[in-house]
Amino acid sequence: MQYLLMIYQNEVEYAKNDAATSQKMLAEYQAFTQSIVQSGNFKAGDRLQPTMTATTVRVREGKTLTTDGPFAETREQLGGYYLVEAKDLNEAIAIAARIPSARIGSIEVRPIWVYEK
Amino acid sequence: MTPSEIDKIFRDEAGRALATLIRLVGDFDLAEDALQDAFAVALERWAACEIPDNPRAWLVNVARHKAIDRIRRRAVFRGKQQELVHELELNAQAADEPPATLDDDMLRLIFTCCHPAFAPEVQVALTLRTVCGLSTAQVARAFLVSEEAMAQRLVRAKQKIRLAGIPYEVPKREALVSRLDGVLAVIYLVFTEGYVATEGTDLMLPDLAIEAIRLGRLLDRLMPDRAGIKGLLALMLLHDARRAGRETSAGDIVLLEEQDRSLWDRGQIDEGLRLVDDALRVPGRPQPYAVQAAIAALHARAPSFEETDWPQIAGLYGVLLRINPSPVIELNHAAAVSMVDGPARALDLVDAITARGGLSGYELLPAVRADLLRRLGRTEEARDAYRAATEATQLAPLRRLYARRVREMDI
Repeated sequence: MQYLLMIYQNEVEYAKNDAATSQKMLAEYQAFTQSIVQSGNFKAGDRLQPTMTATTVRVREGKTLTTDGPFAETREQLGGYYLVEAKDLNEAIAIAARIPSARIGSIEVRPIWVYEK
Repeated sequence: MTPSEIDKIFRDEAGRALATLIRLVGDFDLAEDALQDAFAVALERWAACEIPDNPRAWLVNVARHKAIDRIRRRAVFRGKQQELVHELELNAQAADEPPATLDDDMLRLIFTCCHPAFAPEVQVALTLRTVCGLSTAQVARAFLVSEEAMAQRLVRAKQKIRLAGIPYEVPKREALVSRLDGVLAVIYLVFTEGYVATEGTDLMLPDLAIEAIRLGRLLDRLMPDRAGIKGLLALMLLHDARRAGRETSAGDIVLLEEQDRSLWDRGQIDEGLRLVDDALRVPGRPQPYAVQAAIAALHARAPSFEETDWPQIAGLYGVLLRINPSPVIELNHAAAVSMVDGPARALDLVDAITARGGLSGYELLPAVRADLLRRLGRTEEARDAYRAATEATQLAPLRRLYARRVREMDI
């Protein structure tokens, strides 16, 4: 079986960490990722940019509606995900709007964190 | 050259210079910082001697070099940034860019600031700060928030541009119409806040209205023959033309029916009327702003309140209701109907809107009801409605207006 492990935490508090604490956490994540890659459990995983970079997409009456910020309603629950490559936010929004559930629910579009090499 | 003259050039050129710089350096913050550096150099040099023939090109050029310096100074100077510096240096040798490219830069900046991934108030703040060149403090004042809060909001918005990949471009053909509607909505938001402030002591914030008109003119020049743009510009010019007549020297509201029409700016009205005609002549479906401007034109043309063409105004609101239905338009329609068929008929319409819950929370609804009840002689109900209207607004001059109406009923 495959499982999606969703990581929730307070990003405001997390951002207050000093460099040493962040560095330590990052090292722990690297070690953890390494371990599940080696054990063969790893399928995919990414860090997300903070919620202030999020855009929520809904399609109602054939029109694409976008709102600034993350998905914030408790009436709907996470039901699936797509990881897509898009040239910019416009393309990502256009793809999100084609997801069938965009017509009844919401699609949160959040950029993946890219670590500089 | 005096500092205030230099300051005026900065204000006039900041938006356009920034628009080009962002394209060249590919980063909002870097472009803004480099432009500030260039302003500092200009302040020193221009005060001492003559200003260059083309201040904007001069500013862009100096800022481009400042951007190169800034990238080089960064702690980590990586391959990608080396490429950028190389490219910037190559461009610096190039001849002046054609005006069409510079116009496109300005449109790119406008469409990026008005991107629908930003909340409307963020779009407005970004536009005022970057396109209009207002200082963060000025934008903060327009929003009645602290400068730090506004600075934070702008920083986050620019981070979102970078991190979420909001493209620096004019939307493609298929998206252009809906995105342009978004830009017009931002300009109209700036204008309406200047026309009747949401809260505070002053009825109007004329600087914002003037800024919105400037944006409208700019957009009309960059994207000619669009009925929506011409309509919005006409609407703003016609409304703003009445500014001198709309308040007393003490800052009290003078209602349309009481205004001294000789105080209206005739030159601006003539320009607005010409634009309405142009907007209505553009082929295609009637645009909501053009129809609203046509209504404003009927007010502007009327020699007095009584001689206003109310049946045609009510008819035009009917058109608006068909092409762009909204409870606010319904309320305006009802107010126009009250001048044609009397306040009783209008009150039925208003109560119908209320019954549907269409305008709950819209602060002018109780004010319109109060006015209709007052004209019907239903004094007690009018008093209650004025009380509700007073509670609904945060704007001191509106509160004084309602208090005056209540006093007048007592006489």
